[in-house]
Amino acid sequence: MIELTVNGIKNKVDVDPAMPLLWALRDELGLTSPKFGCGVAQCGACTVHIDGRAVRSCQAHVGEVAGKSVVTMEGLPNRDAHPVLLAWIEHQVPQCGYCQTGQIMQAISLLELIPKPSDEEINEVMSGNLCRCGTYPRIRAAIHAAAAKMAEK
Amino acid sequence: MGGMHSISRRAFIVGATAVAGGVAFGTYGDAAQASAAADANPLQAGLGPNSVSFNPWVEISPEKITLIAQHADIGQGVGSVQPIMIAEEMDLDPGQFEIRFAGPSPVYFNTGFADELAPFVAADQSPAAEQARAVALESLRKSGLQMTGGSSTIPDTYEKLRVAGAVARETLKAAAAKRSGVAVADLRTRSGHVILPDGTKVPYVELSAEAAKIPPVLDAKPRDPSQWRILGKPMTRLDVRSKVMGELQFGIDLKMDGMLFASVKLNPNKGQPLKSYDARKARSMPGVRKILKVKNGVAVIATNSWYAMQAVAAIDCKWAPSTYPAEQAGHWKILEASFKPEFLGKQWRNIGDVEAGLKSGTFVEAEYRAPYVGHQPLEPLNGVAVVSDGGMEIWVGHQSPQAVQSIAAAAIGIKPEQVTFHNQWTGGSFGHRLEFANIGVLAEIANQMRGTPIKLVFSREEDFRQDIPRQISLARHKGSFEKGKILAANLQSASTPPFKELLGRMGAPSKDPDGQLAACLWNVYYDIPNYRATSYEAQGLSPCTTWRSVGASSAGFFTESFIDELIHAAGRDPIQARIEMCSVPTYRKVIETVAEMSNWKGPLGNGRGRGVAFVESFGTPVAEVVEVTVTDSGIRIDKVWVAVDVGKIIDPVNFENQVQGGVVWGLGHAMNCELTYAGGAVQQTNFNHHEAMRMYQCPVIEVRGLENDPKVRGVGEPPVPPAAPALANAIFAATGKRIREMPFNKFIDFV
Repeated sequence: MIELTVNGIKNKVDVDPAMPLLWALRDELGLTSPKFGCGVAQCGACTVHIDGRAVRSCQAHVGEVAGKSVVTMEGLPNRDAHPVLLAWIEHQVPQCGYCQTGQIMQAISLLELIPKPSDEEINEVMSGNLCRCGTYPRIRAAIHAAAAKMAEK
Repeated sequence: MGGMHSISRRAFIVGATAVAGGVAFGTYGDAAQASAAADANPLQAGLGPNSVSFNPWVEISPEKITLIAQHADIGQGVGSVQPIMIAEEMDLDPGQFEIRFAGPSPVYFNTGFADELAPFVAADQSPAAEQARAVALESLRKSGLQMTGGSSTIPDTYEKLRVAGAVARETLKAAAAKRSGVAVADLRTRSGHVILPDGTKVPYVELSAEAAKIPPVLDAKPRDPSQWRILGKPMTRLDVRSKVMGELQFGIDLKMDGMLFASVKLNPNKGQPLKSYDARKARSMPGVRKILKVKNGVAVIATNSWYAMQAVAAIDCKWAPSTYPAEQAGHWKILEASFKPEFLGKQWRNIGDVEAGLKSGTFVEAEYRAPYVGHQPLEPLNGVAVVSDGGMEIWVGHQSPQAVQSIAAAAIGIKPEQVTFHNQWTGGSFGHRLEFANIGVLAEIANQMRGTPIKLVFSREEDFRQDIPRQISLARHKGSFEKGKILAANLQSASTPPFKELLGRMGAPSKDPDGQLAACLWNVYYDIPNYRATSYEAQGLSPCTTWRSVGASSAGFFTESFIDELIHAAGRDPIQARIEMCSVPTYRKVIETVAEMSNWKGPLGNGRGRGVAFVESFGTPVAEVVEVTVTDSGIRIDKVWVAVDVGKIIDPVNFENQVQGGVVWGLGHAMNCELTYAGGAVQQTNFNHHEAMRMYQCPVIEVRGLENDPKVRGVGEPPVPPAAPALANAIFAATGKRIREMPFNKFIDFV
């Protein structure tokens, strides 16, 4: 049994410690906002926060995550009023939407590190998150809008 | 889990119907029966007590209003705009209704394919062309084919869903009139209520039982667009919030009691069976419950998708070899040898005297290539199914519900009507979810695990290996010019036929030439007096299928690159020459608009360049200007301007998003993507090998929509084809280098 703290709740999972966190979240704990896209850290759809940093959950093994704090979109603090999520809705970023929870978790992490990112800084940090529908122009706009909103406070 | 209920569908009969001069296409069931069934409302059978359904798109119970989305949502937003078109007419607000995807039924046949199937170019509005489209429509009605694709959702549903909403509204008013004794003319509707003259508000749901007892008001007319409350104005897609919050359930997210997880390893030599396998190592791996043999490979059943994927990867399989060349070079060799009469698809157009024109002007010729490309939506192929003695129930996102039934049924020897299909929200498709790599095999697995719900998830690598690619294509174009004008063009392509092959896999093989190989070859609207367009259909190559914008995705690049070469050789400005040559006034306006948007004033110089391309596909004319800069680290795409005419813009925000996404799709794959075969299998098995576009390469994309076309058109695919040639033409303008083969990164570096 491995103890996983996810969204503030302690869970016990009986899995191979080598199992990627993504699959423990999805198939064992029923948290489906982290998505399976590639399995090899090429798409970012599985991005979650571990101890406050954006991490590809397909690369973090369950055994290594024990004792750390995992946050998925389901448990994101202030989710319904989060400025990044509101900007995503305002700019109507999603098309199919499959990559978007990962994009948002990455963008939140970006704005914590760089509160007012330039286009170049956005490109740098967000290029690991693939969007097959091509919503990049709107992702860029939503990040700038969220940054402006967060600066007001 | 929903109960297994039988649906009144007949078997998918193998056959093809000739339509209006040589377009062929599958028939679902007996023609006369399908025609009769096309009038039946499949919602009636599932109605609860005191509920009413006026037509196949609206269902009202005392508890809720449900609007049916007949087209599959593959990210293009139709899960939102279809119900909103109904809600507009019903005076419903977002939040006052639920959305459900349609089950399989011929009543949902796609009228939107009529224009694409009739043998006339889109700009031809002559009586003969319209008559052929009417014939094609009747054939579609008889076929009962319910399919999402070809940028047809809006053309198919624009009238019928607004009528469906109007019928619901007027019938609810009639029920309220009967109850209250007030004349219908004195009743209004607003926000889900019928409003009486004294201001009393009667909720629609309270009228369901009474509305069920009166005949629906079938002659109700949809409102004039000038009265629209929601449509045509910036609106929020109904699925945006739940997608942002991570709450929307995609097919891959479903969970059922007692469910087990499956993953597969299938023969990468597409279409070939498994010869033998050794699963000794896999058997003892964690979480493994069972190892199954299926027709073209093996499956592992486990307690977690990851266990299943790990174990299936450890199985050693011996595969039957491919029937196509094992190595990529062999594919090109066959294509090169396909410009012969025995491989002729069709000569689509022949005007003037092409041979004389080629001789008398200054001669130009060029060869262009487009490789196989993958679809690879971010949600991998998946599905949930359970088989019992009564049949099979399947939950999967797919664009062809009836074909899912027939293919799943055939895989396990049951009847198509024994397969109950539940469509799902999907994480993209781009044509992938018109194919069946996950359908038959899921049926086989669930049939071997009877009674247990099975969730099948493909690994990304397996998804790449089983992805039926975009057609491979080669063009040999010849032309001439004289006194600054194009005098002759002889356009020829050899390609694998995508739509014909898809029909074949659906069990409706066609002997007719593939109309998708005429796209951008014959529907070229430049005034060229001597013009010929011919397609050849290569045989013995990899299977291929429809990939966002289909035939136009390769031929648009060939034709608009070649036209650009001719214009350049003739010493003309590429955009001015196109405007002058364009013979359709509304299309000319599209090119003029993009020239104005980009403030086109000829060459930029200083390592910068602009290219233009204009393509009509699926009836929608699109012009794009791409601007690039040569930098120390390669070509940088700075900006793209796009002008699109769809006749009527229904959902302006999503329209812009679709156009931008189409440009990203077109550019990214043209720059960075190909699938190549080695040892019979594709060599690219994850996104690091097939990257398309990431954020750092994405330009600013400015979009303008026009509404001059006489018909309402779709926009899911048409922004794709002009992107590649506009980029290649821009690179030529900046560097003097013509790139005639995709992907471009084989020939030039990008930032």
